[in-house]
Amino acid sequence: MKHIIAVLLENEPGALSRVVALFSARGYNIESLTVATTEDPSLSRMTIVTTGPDEVIEQITKHLNRLIEVVKVVDLTEGSFTERELMLVKVRAVGKERDEMKRMADIFRGRVIDVTEKSYTIELTGDAAKLDAFLVAIERGAILETVRTGTSGIGRGERILRV
Amino acid sequence: MDMSAAEIKRAATAQPQTSNQEPNGSEILVRCLLAEGVRHIWGYPGGAVLYIYDALYKQDRIEHVLVRHEQAAVHAADGYARASGDVGVALVTSGPGVTNAVTGIATAYMDSIPMVIITGQVPTHAIGLDAFQECDTVGITRPIVKHNFLVKDVRDLALVVKKAFHIARTGRPGPVVIDIPKDVSLKTAPFHYPSSVEMRSYNPVRKGHGGQIRKAVQLLLAARRPYVYTGGGVILGNASAELRELVRLLGFPCTNTLMGLGAFPASDPQFLGMLGMHGTYEANMSMQHCDLLLAVGARFDDRVIGNPKHFAQNERKIVHVDIDPSSISKRVKVDIPIVGDVKEVLQELLAQLKEQQARPDADALATWWKQIGEWRKRDCLAYRNSADVIKPQYVIETLYRLTKDRETYVTSDVGQHQMWAAQFYKFEEPRRWINSGGLGTMGVGLPYAMGIKLAKPHAEVVCVTGEGSIQMCLQELSTCLQYKTAVKVVSLNNRYLGMVRQWQQLDYGGRYAHSYMDALPDFVKLAEAYGHVGMMVEKPADVEPALREALRLSDRTVFLDVRTDPLENVWPMVKAGQGITEMLLGSEEL
Repeated sequence: MKHIIAVLLENEPGALSRVVALFSARGYNIESLTVATTEDPSLSRMTIVTTGPDEVIEQITKHLNRLIEVVKVVDLTEGSFTERELMLVKVRAVGKERDEMKRMADIFRGRVIDVTEKSYTIELTGDAAKLDAFLVAIERGAILETVRTGTSGIGRGERILRV
Repeated sequence: MDMSAAEIKRAATAQPQTSNQEPNGSEILVRCLLAEGVRHIWGYPGGAVLYIYDALYKQDRIEHVLVRHEQAAVHAADGYARASGDVGVALVTSGPGVTNAVTGIATAYMDSIPMVIITGQVPTHAIGLDAFQECDTVGITRPIVKHNFLVKDVRDLALVVKKAFHIARTGRPGPVVIDIPKDVSLKTAPFHYPSSVEMRSYNPVRKGHGGQIRKAVQLLLAARRPYVYTGGGVILGNASAELRELVRLLGFPCTNTLMGLGAFPASDPQFLGMLGMHGTYEANMSMQHCDLLLAVGARFDDRVIGNPKHFAQNERKIVHVDIDPSSISKRVKVDIPIVGDVKEVLQELLAQLKEQQARPDADALATWWKQIGEWRKRDCLAYRNSADVIKPQYVIETLYRLTKDRETYVTSDVGQHQMWAAQFYKFEEPRRWINSGGLGTMGVGLPYAMGIKLAKPHAEVVCVTGEGSIQMCLQELSTCLQYKTAVKVVSLNNRYLGMVRQWQQLDYGGRYAHSYMDALPDFVKLAEAYGHVGMMVEKPADVEPALREALRLSDRTVFLDVRTDPLENVWPMVKAGQGITEMLLGSEEL
C-alpha cells in the first residue's frame, strides 16, 4: 500500500543524504521524495512516498525517528490529508493537434507556459493520480518530455505537523 | 639538522602565538575532552591531526596510547568502553586513518557501544578536490555511526563535542564521529563549554509507559511457563541488579544472549545458559515452549531465533522492554512493547510486583521447572576429554577455575574459541565478557584486552583467541610492550579457521576451502621477538601449569600457543534455516 510520510528535520547540511542513505541501506523503496525549508528557516520538511507492507512502513517510521536530525515523523496516509504535485509536460503540438492539446490542458486545469510552432509546455498541479491521468489522456506519442516534483502532502484541518 | 637537548626542550615548550589570547581548535578540543572526563585516548598521528597531537603533547592529564594500526585504536577504545561503561575515545588522521578505523567503528555500532572517534580532515578549502589523504569521512561512516559531524567552523567545535558525547552515551548508545579539518584545528575562538545540551530532535524516552507496564505485570503473574530472555541492553543499561532481583522474586528461568552474559550470574540455578545458534539445549527448548516471554534489552537477533516461521509457531505472549523502538517488532511481533530505559522499567516492574503481593502459580511453575530439569539432563555441553590431545573446552574450564576468584575480564576474538569461551566460562558479573557479537570482527581480542587493562590495571585481563584471529591485529604486541600492558593471550591453535571448517564439514561436503592455516609462525619466538613471554602447550597435562605460570607473571604480557584438537566442533548447533529446537547435539548426531 502507498504511504505518504511527512518528516520535519533540522535544516542542517547532510540531513537529506542521511534520509536517502537510510532508505537505500535498508532496502526501503522511495517512489518520490521532495524537501524544502519551512517558514522556520531552521527546519526542513520532507515528503516521502513509499510502498510496502505495514511492518515495513512501521520500521521505516521508527528508523526515521531514530535519525538524530529528525524532529517529527507523521504518516499522512493514516488520517485525512491532501497532496499536491507539480508537473511540466512538453508535448508535440503541430497543426490540428494544437486545439485538442489546448482543450486537454483546460480540462485538467493546466496552463500552457511555453509555446513554439511545434510544441506546448503545460504546467499541471494536482494529486499524483490526476497527473498520471493526464499523461494517459493525451496521446502517448505526443509526449516529448516530462518533469515532476514529487508529491508534497499536508494533513487536513487540525492535523498540523509542527515542532 | 642536529638539535641540542636544550633546543629540543625549548621547541617543545614554545607557546603558540595564540596562547595569551584565545585557544585554537586543538586546544579547545582537548579542553572539551577534559570537561567530559576523558583520561585515555587511543590513536595514531598523521598530517591532518598534527595540531591536535601538539595540543595533547602540551598537557599531561589525558594519556594517549600510540597503537600500531588505527583499527586497533578504535577497538581498544571500544573495549575500554565496554568494560568501564565510559565513552571510549579514539583519534585518527584523515584518509587511510579513517578507512582503517571503519572496521572498528562498525564493530562498535553493531553492539551499541558509546564512543567518540575524532578524525582529522584536509583543510576546508581543500575538501572535495581529491586532496592528499582526503576521503569523505562523513559519507563513508554514515551507515555505521549513531551520528557524525563535520566541523567547518571552529566556533561550532565545543558544542559539537558536547552533542557528540551526549548522543554517544544516551538512549541506545553508539559511536559518534567528529571530523575536524586541519585549518579548523588551528583557527582560534573563545572557549566556552556548555554545561548542558538540549536537542529538540533527540530526546530518548526513559520512563516506560505506565499502562504497558501494568499489562506486563498481569501477564507475568498469569504465566504458567514463563521465561526471561536478556541481552546486551541490560549490561549497557547497567540494570543487572534489577534483573537479578526481578528474576529471583518471580522464580522464573533466565537466559542471556552472547552479548548479555554476566547480566545474570551463571552459577545461579535459575540460569539456563546462553541461548541461540550455539546455546544450550535447555535454553533453546525453553524459548520455544514457554507461554510468556519477557525480553529485556535483547533484539531477537537471527542467531537467537533461528528460522522465524518456526519461531512464530509457538503461541507465546511476548513482553519486550527496549530503549530503541526500532528494535521492537522488527523480526518478531510482540504483544506488549515497552520503550524505555531498561533500569527504570525494571524498577517500575519490581515496584508494581511488590505492591501487588500476588505471585505466579507455584504449581504451574514447579511443573515447568521439572520439564526444564528433563532438558538439562541432556547435558548438552558434555565433551569427551582426552589425556593425549588438548580439548579446547578443557582449556576454558581450567582458565575459569584459575581465575574465578579474581576480578577477571575475558576478551575474545571470533570463531569456535569465542563460542567455547561463552559456553564454558561462567560469568557472574556484567562487563566481564568482552566480545564482538553483532559484527563478529576477527582481530578485536588483543586490542580489547589492551583497552581494558588501562581501565582496570589491577584486574586480570585474558584474551581468548585463535591462531587466525590473533594474526589480524598482531602488531599490537608492540603497543603492549610500550605501555607494559600485562595481558594474557590464550590462543586456541587448531590450525584451522575452525568455525568455517565446521560449516564446511556440515554443509559443504567437507570441502575445506581455504580454512586450513598453513605457514603459521613459531608463536613463542614471535612473542619473544616482541619482548614478551611465549609458551607452547601441546599436552593436556601441561595446560594447567602453563596457565598458572602465565597468571603468576603478573607484570608480563604472556602468549600461550595452545595446540588443540583440530577437528573438535562446537555443539549444540542450530544450522542456518533450522528452528531453534532442531539442534545438532554432538558428533553422534552427524
